[in-house]
Amino acid sequence: MIEIQHLSKTFSSGDGEVNALRDINLTIRDGDIYGIIGMSGAGKSTLVRCINMLERPTEGKVLIDGQDMGALSDAELRRARRDITMIFQSFNLLMQRTCLANVMFPLLLAGVKRAEAKARAQELLEVVGLPDKANAYPAQLSGGQQQRIAIARALTTQPRVLLCDEATSALDPKTTHAILELIRDINRKLKITVIVITHQMSVVEEICNRVAILDEGRVAEEGEVTTVFSMPKSAAARRLVFPDAGSELLPPSSGARVLRVIFNGASTTGAPLITQMAIDEGIAANILYASTRSIGEKAYGNMLLSFPDDPDTISRAIRYLSRSNDVIVEDVSDHVE
Amino acid sequence: MLSKVFTADAWREALEILRDEIPLALWETVYVTVLATLFAVIIGLPLGVLLVVGEKGGILPLPRPVMQTLNVIINLLRSIPFLILMIMVIPLTRFIVGTSIGTTASIVPLVIAAFPFVARLVESSLRELNPNIVEAAQSMGATPFQIITRVMIPECVPSLLSNFTIAITTILGYTAMSGIIGGGGLGKIAINYGYYRYKTLVMIFAVIILIALVQLFQTLGTYLATRLDKRAKHKGGGN
Repeated sequence: MIEIQHLSKTFSSGDGEVNALRDINLTIRDGDIYGIIGMSGAGKSTLVRCINMLERPTEGKVLIDGQDMGALSDAELRRARRDITMIFQSFNLLMQRTCLANVMFPLLLAGVKRAEAKARAQELLEVVGLPDKANAYPAQLSGGQQQRIAIARALTTQPRVLLCDEATSALDPKTTHAILELIRDINRKLKITVIVITHQMSVVEEICNRVAILDEGRVAEEGEVTTVFSMPKSAAARRLVFPDAGSELLPPSSGARVLRVIFNGASTTGAPLITQMAIDEGIAANILYASTRSIGEKAYGNMLLSFPDDPDTISRAIRYLSRSNDVIVEDVSDHVE
Repeated sequence: MLSKVFTADAWREALEILRDEIPLALWETVYVTVLATLFAVIIGLPLGVLLVVGEKGGILPLPRPVMQTLNVIINLLRSIPFLILMIMVIPLTRFIVGTSIGTTASIVPLVIAAFPFVARLVESSLRELNPNIVEAAQSMGATPFQIITRVMIPECVPSLLSNFTIAITTILGYTAMSGIIGGGGLGKIAINYGYYRYKTLVMIFAVIILIALVQLFQTLGTYLATRLDKRAKHKGGGN
């Protein structure tokens, strides 16, 4: 378990101080694939570097299985880092060494014998699906292949935690998908806790079970991915989940009532439900805004419907729409201007 | 003027001198150049590393006064013209070699002049390295010493080789000057015959051989630097 407690990081530069992180509190359970998402400049990369102490927090603690990372001596910290390995956006392989030598590298640093390191490295090249690239140099590989080598390298020391710092941001969508799949596999089969830093919603949706939304150095919202993404509460979360919500909202006609329909893992999609209501109940709803997305196999999303201001129609509509367990209806007339 | 230089007598005389003296002079020049470069690298490489890792935010930050002193010494030595430096270090040369004249003795001022230059070249090579690679090594639990010896230097080998090639050709140029203080080699021949005894043809030949040597070192250095760089996408190469 990783506990981040009251963590703050301040960078002082020539013209003042920058509060990169402010009072971050997070708990990451064993086995999680935990997403930390935010716009660039939100402090994601600083936060992940505070976990393995590449950046020293200004205040607060990082506890890994109860061990305070900040209290470790240099030598202890180096040993701990074999347990919490990292992959990067730009892969950061040693360009003058073969792929095999790259994967062996952390073991050789740790003083493991060459023959043993080589056997283990070859095993890991199998795990990441590149056993034939042992003697190739990184420059001969594609970006996706380089990231696979980097993942193999991160796994050699049998870590408990894998930190992924924008690991797929330099890759095309198809390669991203393949790398994410590999990361999920590693999480399941090797029981490695994964922390994913990203600015891409799609990455979190695809593999994370929990997510924290970072905004201007603070955690804006935190929880299960399905909950946070279907019912974002904070403004920062709403900006991420419904990036175009503000611009595309049609103004309701005056005197109309507005209902928000939330699809919280519904097996139905939005359109048939609204159409069906029109047929079954004869209620014509005006769709002001809709955004649905599928996470896993289910639909999540959010729709704003406007109705004529008639109490009977409204109550019938609410009753009709709420029949499904996964659909939540709330009257938000007073909130929509 | 030119007709006086290229007379039949002058040709004959020049070729005789060259035949008698060039083999030894060539050997002396190569010997002094290679040894001086070697010592300059032995001293300059660690200093260049310190200039990079020892700075604020480096992987092994050193106290500011140490870094400042190091920088001042390097800049100071680099500012002194080689001709003057040769004479200034005579006592040191006598202390190390036992004599201040001769071919071997000329190695000392060459090393003193070249190691600060090599340190700066090493510094610039190491600064080219992507800092993310160093960070990755830190994230794997590498010690500062491991980062220097297993990441920074090996990753910079092509660039270091290119820069050492610059160093060796520069030192070759300096060896010619050391003829003044009794250092041997092609420079001595050029100065003794060409300058003191007006045998222009001999001087021209000595210079041509020096040029050929520079070409040779440069070609060899460039070849090695390219050959050893694994970033080049030569499929299947170096396996």
